[in-house]
Amino acid sequence: MFTKALKQSMGLAVVMAALAGCSSTSTTDPVTSTTDSSAATSSAADTSSVNSSTDMAQNLDTVFYFDFDQSVLKPEARAALVAHAANLKASPRSVRLEGHADERGTREYNMALGERRAKAVRDFLVLQGVNSSNLETISYGEERLESSSDHSLNRRVEMK
Amino acid sequence: MGATRSFMGISSRANARLLTLVPKLICVLLFLSSSARAELTIEITQGVDNPTTIAVSPIAWSGAPLPENLNAIIEADLQRSGQFRSIPKADMLSFPKSEADVFYRDWRMLGTEFLLTGQMEQTLDGAYQLTFELYDIVSQAKILRERVDGSASQLRDMAHFVSDTVYELITGIRGAFSTKIIYVEAFGSERFKLMLADADGAREKTLLTSKHPIMSPAWSPDGKSVAYVSFETGRPAIFRQEISTGQRQQLTNFKGLNGAPSWSPDGSKLALVLSKDGNPEIYVLDLATRQFTRITRHYAIDTEPNWTLDGKGVIFTSDRGGKPQIYQVTLASGRIERLTFEGDYNARPRLSPDGKSLVMVHRVNGIFHIAAQDIDTGMIRVLTETHLDESPSIAPNGAMLMYATKHRGKGILAAVSLDAGVKFRLPSQRGDVREPSWSPYF
Repeated sequence: MFTKALKQSMGLAVVMAALAGCSSTSTTDPVTSTTDSSAATSSAADTSSVNSSTDMAQNLDTVFYFDFDQSVLKPEARAALVAHAANLKASPRSVRLEGHADERGTREYNMALGERRAKAVRDFLVLQGVNSSNLETISYGEERLESSSDHSLNRRVEMK
Repeated sequence: MGATRSFMGISSRANARLLTLVPKLICVLLFLSSSARAELTIEITQGVDNPTTIAVSPIAWSGAPLPENLNAIIEADLQRSGQFRSIPKADMLSFPKSEADVFYRDWRMLGTEFLLTGQMEQTLDGAYQLTFELYDIVSQAKILRERVDGSASQLRDMAHFVSDTVYELITGIRGAFSTKIIYVEAFGSERFKLMLADADGAREKTLLTSKHPIMSPAWSPDGKSVAYVSFETGRPAIFRQEISTGQRQQLTNFKGLNGAPSWSPDGSKLALVLSKDGNPEIYVLDLATRQFTRITRHYAIDTEPNWTLDGKGVIFTSDRGGKPQIYQVTLASGRIERLTFEGDYNARPRLSPDGKSLVMVHRVNGIFHIAAQDIDTGMIRVLTETHLDESPSIAPNGAMLMYATKHRGKGILAAVSLDAGVKFRLPSQRGDVREPSWSPYF
């Protein structure tokens, strides 16, 4: 059983520990991110259609869900993303990660939450070896709700 | 106490700047299409305990039926303030047109405190002239006589001018009946519109239509422009649009968040949110030089900026303490101060025009309400009884605020007075409406 102090120091550690542990919601890398500064991301040949069918053949999830106020990846998401990472390393393509939040709370804060979630997925894929310049993160906050009645369906990242 | 006010020409007493702005705005309303029937309807859900009773005598007019019912507009304005109750026409013993027709005893018997009369005339060139008088029934005295002129398309504005004048004379508070609102209307996730309407919901018109989300509209302090977030380029970006011409400019194009534009009090800068440097931070954009200055430096989420009245600071939402709370940064020194300490979620701050209250979204027992915190004492008052409340916007007279909420599963606008004594709803007859931005005075 972790003590509170130990939990906090793990939470303050690098992104890898934050993702792997069960600590706070913050998964933001304090070191300046390099992915957002470059302009163009379309580098590799466009093999997106081939890879979608690979995803479908493997029946991989492309939507990942999150708990309330959390941007921590759930075990099933991590499992699917490991497989996605393997596909993306074998056949690189541009990937768009769209982050969302449920409608509770303020709209611009929820934009930031959606971005946190999209970045959590991105950072996990990068840790698995995927080239970060192929991964684009966009947040829609609560602007594109999947469900008006079930909050849990809205707290998601969609991989496209 | 004679005075003349004209929307078309020069007045003997009004502010020259106001007069030149108002005709331009009215020309705009003529040029852009507007629907004849208001889409936003008003449902008053609560008024003050002891409203002031006023009789609005039918305006005397002998011409063809007017295109607008000025009596109805004035009564609705005063009713919507929650501070007035009007005497039904059926109860009136007479319809006085001027002082000679006023029998104070009759009105005292009805419990009336004030009586408003009006006479409408039309000049040879088609302009309308409305002379109106206000009587204090208890003191048995005429306390106001004023005239307002306008064209046929300005009849609603003339009525609102009467409401503003009467409201201010009786309550001592400047009226906001001639102001406007901008809001977002959404049809599922497929169609979004940026809408402009009068503060009573009338004369709505579309400023922008898009297949992509529109967010965070903000009126400029001079009332001529609106800044907002649009996803039309595939990711969120901040745009500025001139209301009279529809001309648009894209102001930001960064990767990541581009959000929450907020105009400085002098209109020269926008505070906004960008996450281009790794996480959401507040930046200030100088609109003349197009230079961005970074204001916050913290790995937490910093968002939803709003300027202080003196333009020297910015209040904002941050979860640097673990949960969203409201902070203030002094621009010159960079000093950061936390403002909210009660409750586990305080966000989307707005300062009242008198600087005495901090209005925000405040979560209590898991429910999101609008609350006002007294700046001096720190005491919080929850203002709303609705749930899932967000996006408060305060009227320029500081008496009311409008916000977004849900009612029967639909997004609606609602309003509440800063003392929480008055409440009304503004549902749309079509889409979900949200994110109201109350105009400044024009």
